[in-house]
Amino acid sequence: MTTAIDADQVAKIAEEVVAEHDPKQVPLPDFLGACFDAGLSWVHFPEGLGGLGASRGLQGVADEILQGAGGPVPLGLNPMGYGMAAPTVREHAQSEDIKKFFLRPLATTEDIWCQLFSEPGAGSDLAGLATSAVRDGDGWVINGQKVWTSLAHKARWGLLLARTDTDAPKHKGLTYFILDMHAPGVETRPLRQMTGQAEFNEVYITDARIGDTHRLGGVGDGWRVAMTTLMNERSALGASGSRRGAGTIAEAVALWAARPDLHTPVMRDRLAALWLRAEAQRLTSERSRASATAGDPGPEGSIGKMVGAELNQKIYQFCMDLLGPEGILYHGYAMHGSHRDGDWRGPIQQRYLRSRANTIEGGTSEVMRNILGERVLGLPGDLRADAGMPWKDVPRG
Amino acid sequence: MAEFTFTTEQQQLRTAVRKFNAENFTEPTVRQLMESKVAYDPAVWRRLGTELGVLGMSVPEVDGGVGGSLVDQAVAVEEFGATLSCGPLFGTVYLAVPALVACPTGAARGDLLAALIDGDRTAAFAVPDTAGVFAEDATVTVAAGGTGDAVVLTGKTARVVDATMADVFLVAARGSDGVGLYAVDAADVALTPLVTMDLTRPQADIEFSDSPARLLAGPAEADRVINHALQVGAVLLAVEQVGAAQHLLDLSVQYAKSRLQFGRQIGSFQAVKHKLADMLVDLEHARSAAYHGVWSLSEGTDDPALAASIAQAICSAAFSRIAADTIQVHGGIGFTWEHQAHLYFKRAATDAALLGSAEQHRARVADLVLDAATIDELPPIAVGVA
Repeated sequence: MTTAIDADQVAKIAEEVVAEHDPKQVPLPDFLGACFDAGLSWVHFPEGLGGLGASRGLQGVADEILQGAGGPVPLGLNPMGYGMAAPTVREHAQSEDIKKFFLRPLATTEDIWCQLFSEPGAGSDLAGLATSAVRDGDGWVINGQKVWTSLAHKARWGLLLARTDTDAPKHKGLTYFILDMHAPGVETRPLRQMTGQAEFNEVYITDARIGDTHRLGGVGDGWRVAMTTLMNERSALGASGSRRGAGTIAEAVALWAARPDLHTPVMRDRLAALWLRAEAQRLTSERSRASATAGDPGPEGSIGKMVGAELNQKIYQFCMDLLGPEGILYHGYAMHGSHRDGDWRGPIQQRYLRSRANTIEGGTSEVMRNILGERVLGLPGDLRADAGMPWKDVPRG
Repeated sequence: MAEFTFTTEQQQLRTAVRKFNAENFTEPTVRQLMESKVAYDPAVWRRLGTELGVLGMSVPEVDGGVGGSLVDQAVAVEEFGATLSCGPLFGTVYLAVPALVACPTGAARGDLLAALIDGDRTAAFAVPDTAGVFAEDATVTVAAGGTGDAVVLTGKTARVVDATMADVFLVAARGSDGVGLYAVDAADVALTPLVTMDLTRPQADIEFSDSPARLLAGPAEADRVINHALQVGAVLLAVEQVGAAQHLLDLSVQYAKSRLQFGRQIGSFQAVKHKLADMLVDLEHARSAAYHGVWSLSEGTDDPALAASIAQAICSAAFSRIAADTIQVHGGIGFTWEHQAHLYFKRAATDAALLGSAEQHRARVADLVLDAATIDELPPIAVGVA
């Protein structure tokens, strides 16, 4: 065990990287590759796997320097890759070589990742999923349908949760794989949503093969592995900017300032209440950052995810109510992907419609409240009608 | 220390206050004190001053204090909130001590401060505020007369919190040269005790008639001194609200785990579980806002007026909601006199009204934030053209 790396050392390494690989000059994969090789992709990962074995809290030190020099926010370029795949691969892949094989192209964003969890029949009750993985020689044959898969059309690899044992209770029969999105039998179709856009996809998997070396964790151990992914997803969704008044609330405040003709005392009070809620959550994130010196993301991320999602909806509802009749126009429903020219979030009306998904995606607010109640407050779980029942006998519909 | 980070000493302080409270402010003791003629135990109060040294923690050493910070004081106050510790905390610790510290040095200030810190004497703050702010023209009804050292006050101040427990009153009074802050001994004041909803936080109407007074801050200083005290008072009150709300959440969670209906723990029902989760979120928000307020006043990390209003807007609403939901989670037992929930519900109602309501502070936040807002980046608005 080497001595712990401190903030000064991380800063020094980051400064060396930007000095030798100016992000404004070198191609993006080269810059991000240099960051990986220097251990700055995830400073808390082991050396050689994009990390330095440093405390997780020091990532901010590196990011400030890398992004200050003009480097990208990698989480934005490969969100499932950085946010979910990296920690899962690092913890559960079968060998160091496999970890390295996946992590470096992930870090450079040459390989985009997607997540193949949700199914038409398995949303909040994810463990009830039906996509099957059947052993066949040195590999597995996959059949099923996944949904709400962002970036599936661009992804090289998918994090796949599939059922390997239908006789076991639902949580026990799952296994976690990495699916080659270019493999025969993997078909991706855009899924149009209420905004008119297609940010997500459906993925149809028909007799696709996965080698056993691309299994993460043990057979039947998929649920535990998936928890690594989900806790990271929720903490990634819950962590937001730390500047006062930033984020969605800034849009409402800007609209307010731009439209004095629409001011009423009632709307002013509503906006003040929203601003206070956003500020309270911002201060809470700051406080949890101050207390979390190191370690894995904990359940407090669920507070940020839940509050942020509900706040988004209320803020855009405020904007719509402020605009009144002006607000009920739209910019067209021609179907297009999320990465259109300009700001992909579109006009306020599109953001308003999009915000309905915030309290569903990444864990519904109802599931979030269960998590807060059970994991933080230690309340008992609800009665489960399918407890202990073989998955194949569980009623579905 | 960095915002939100408590030192080891502060953690030890929390443990020490918690232990003291567990011995001296048990629920039976609080109930017995609140129904006494004077709703506190002066001997216990003196021990808070001398043994624990928690009655004026941010008083500088030159003034006889321990030279701690407002963060230290907040740690103790949070614990007092959890147990509804009885005594003139609001009048003495939250308001009078911060006011005296901000006063120009003088004999009257020095003697009184030392006595308040030790718990030998107690004070109430007879300065009417307007939603937590001192607006002298509107509210000062006491007149200062006499000459030189022989100043006397005449007039009335209504609903002075902790008045029945106070040895000294800090009073805003108008003299020929403007409004000053004065100290008047309780023996020279006529007191009409009032029945308060929260019996642990008593009030009285007080009347001065040629009552001898000592000047603490003249017209040039009084406004600054009083408003500083009101800001410190607002954030300490917010911290008290956090301490009490945490106690209620703990109580409610414990009950939801032990109470069985329909053959199962009621905390396993989502209707109850989700209510408790919402209480947790409100509590965590309140804690963040209150601590930020404390650090802002202690270390200057934010505009004190804005930070105090954020703290009060969030904490008053949170404690009120948590207190109401505590009764709901407890069901019928939570509505009884026997159960402790009502003690905290009444404290929540009281704290929400003192030093400005959540709505009044929210209005102030709107003044400070929304009216000053500039258009950094206006999101596009669709106008019906594809």
